[in-house]
Amino acid sequence: MTTATAEAPVTGPRRPRAGRGQAVRLLVLIAIVVVVLYPLFWMIGTSVKSQEEIVSNIGLLPKEFTPGNYVDGWTNFDLSFGRFFLNSAMVSLLTVVGNAVSCLLAAYAFARLRFRLRGMWFAIMIGTLLLPGHVLIVPQYILFRSLGLVGGEWPYLPLLIPQFLATEAFFVFLMVQFMRGIPRELDEAAKIDGASAFGIFRHVILPLSRPALVTTAIFSFIWTWNDFFRQLVFLSSLEDYTVPVALTLFIDSTSQSAVGPMFAMSVLSLLPVFLFFLAFQRMLVEGINTSGLKG
Amino acid sequence: MALTTVPDPTRRGTGSARAHAPHGVAGRIRQSEGLAGYVFLSPWLIGLMAITAIPMLLSLYLSFTNYDILTPFSEVEWVGFANYERMFTSDPSYWHAVRVTLTFALVAVPLKLAAALGVALLLNRAWRGVGLFRSLFYLPSLLGGSVALAIVWVNMFNRDGAFNSMLALFGIEGKPWVNDPDWALETLMVLAIWQFGAPMVIFLAGLKQVPTELYEAASVDGAGRWRQFRAVTLPMLSPVIFFNLVLETINGFQGFTAAFVLSNGTGGPVDSTLMYTLNLYIKGFTDLEMGYASAMAWVFLIAIGVITAVFFSTGRFWVHYSDGEDR
Repeated sequence: MTTATAEAPVTGPRRPRAGRGQAVRLLVLIAIVVVVLYPLFWMIGTSVKSQEEIVSNIGLLPKEFTPGNYVDGWTNFDLSFGRFFLNSAMVSLLTVVGNAVSCLLAAYAFARLRFRLRGMWFAIMIGTLLLPGHVLIVPQYILFRSLGLVGGEWPYLPLLIPQFLATEAFFVFLMVQFMRGIPRELDEAAKIDGASAFGIFRHVILPLSRPALVTTAIFSFIWTWNDFFRQLVFLSSLEDYTVPVALTLFIDSTSQSAVGPMFAMSVLSLLPVFLFFLAFQRMLVEGINTSGLKG
Repeated sequence: MALTTVPDPTRRGTGSARAHAPHGVAGRIRQSEGLAGYVFLSPWLIGLMAITAIPMLLSLYLSFTNYDILTPFSEVEWVGFANYERMFTSDPSYWHAVRVTLTFALVAVPLKLAAALGVALLLNRAWRGVGLFRSLFYLPSLLGGSVALAIVWVNMFNRDGAFNSMLALFGIEGKPWVNDPDWALETLMVLAIWQFGAPMVIFLAGLKQVPTELYEAASVDGAGRWRQFRAVTLPMLSPVIFFNLVLETINGFQGFTAAFVLSNGTGGPVDSTLMYTLNLYIKGFTDLEMGYASAMAWVFLIAIGVITAVFFSTGRFWVHYSDGEDR
């Protein structure tokens, strides 16, 4: 976690004196933190409460620790919940690879190479930034289905193919922005040494783009892990379900007895994102700063 | 910073390449670079065509048909503007969904941005633990869009949920908010506002860019805290406010997951959470009226385009760019 000392003191005359005002401000901030984090603690608390206590005990902590919810949730369906985790992990990791590779290639072209109609293509790319994904879902479904890819032998292709074709314009934009910060002199020097566009990409841009690649990878993983809409549309049989789609099965069985297990699996499903947050929080926060990416 | 103007690759682009005829070594380098450009761009180009452009055109065509996924393409019937007519004149659920979506965006987005700005201002003046607070406030933005959190939210505002427990402490009797048509959408708004961390981080970065001399000057001129906020902070921050406003509004219109989880995919109770995208999903994938859903998608796209254009055209009156650049 970030330590307080890592943040330099706010400079300039606006720095408040450590007085009563500062103490009040700190108290207000702590109060907001409590309100903001309360749902998360409540979720964790509920996931280890017995059915009886979920209804009766309003406190955060259970009187009787009931880890059995995790077992019940894990085995609630015909398939183990582990299957859904594996499916989600596979989709998310392959999406990371697809985005990293394809967006980097496109970004290099936009940021560094000169070719006809570059300005037009770039404008179109920026245009697709604001294009809502929901608009394209019906025709994409029809196209992928007509190719036999929906519910096909490997039902994840409709989810993955777009990711290998740099359709996530946010990442292209983020990488273009990043590459613009790499000094052009490095390219020129490599060019004088006889490097081609490919050589410059391989030996100059690729190694220097690591921070942008890491940011892309993290966001790409988290977004895909959390994504629901596309997975809901394209996955149709239980054994192919990813975690978010599987979680909705709990809602279908609205019986009260499923609340504990449902919460247990919800907690587990957020765990990877939370671990990413712990490991990379600084980078995530800086990431949305540099690009305006949504969390 | 997020708000620097969109980079313009044309500045050193095709124009100059064409101006100098490709002669000699330099020319050959340019030619091979042009080829390399398209090689590197090819995955994106294929994606643009296959994943974006062709589906868009297909969807435009389908919006004039009665296509349902079951009949083969050869038997698809051209129905002219019937889908659009139905949408605008004879489908009350359509207008209901539009109303739900607008209400959601008009309430949730301003409140979310206000919360984001307020907390950013508090944090900006704190001198300790900024990083820790910033990260903690940001956490909901990472988790909030997930199905898991929507499930938690729905239960929190249910009869036996944490919210009613809290009300009980004050002697107020709650109700199952998520099952009440008058309140279900409000719980989703609260969920959206809870995720104020992402715009807050962008506000914080913007606040750091405000030159302290401006505050000094204002202070010398006798401006108090409030006056400084009005005269210095708000104008200097207006590009960031604008950016967040556009982004959050467009996102607000697209809310799907939480509404789906709350209503188990129906938009209930009594259509109170029938967001536009959820309505589109129901029409397209539950009722299999894909022609109609395509028409809905196109109207949605045009509406978002118009709203963005309105933002940008009004932005010129209130967004202040200190470098004198006019966008």
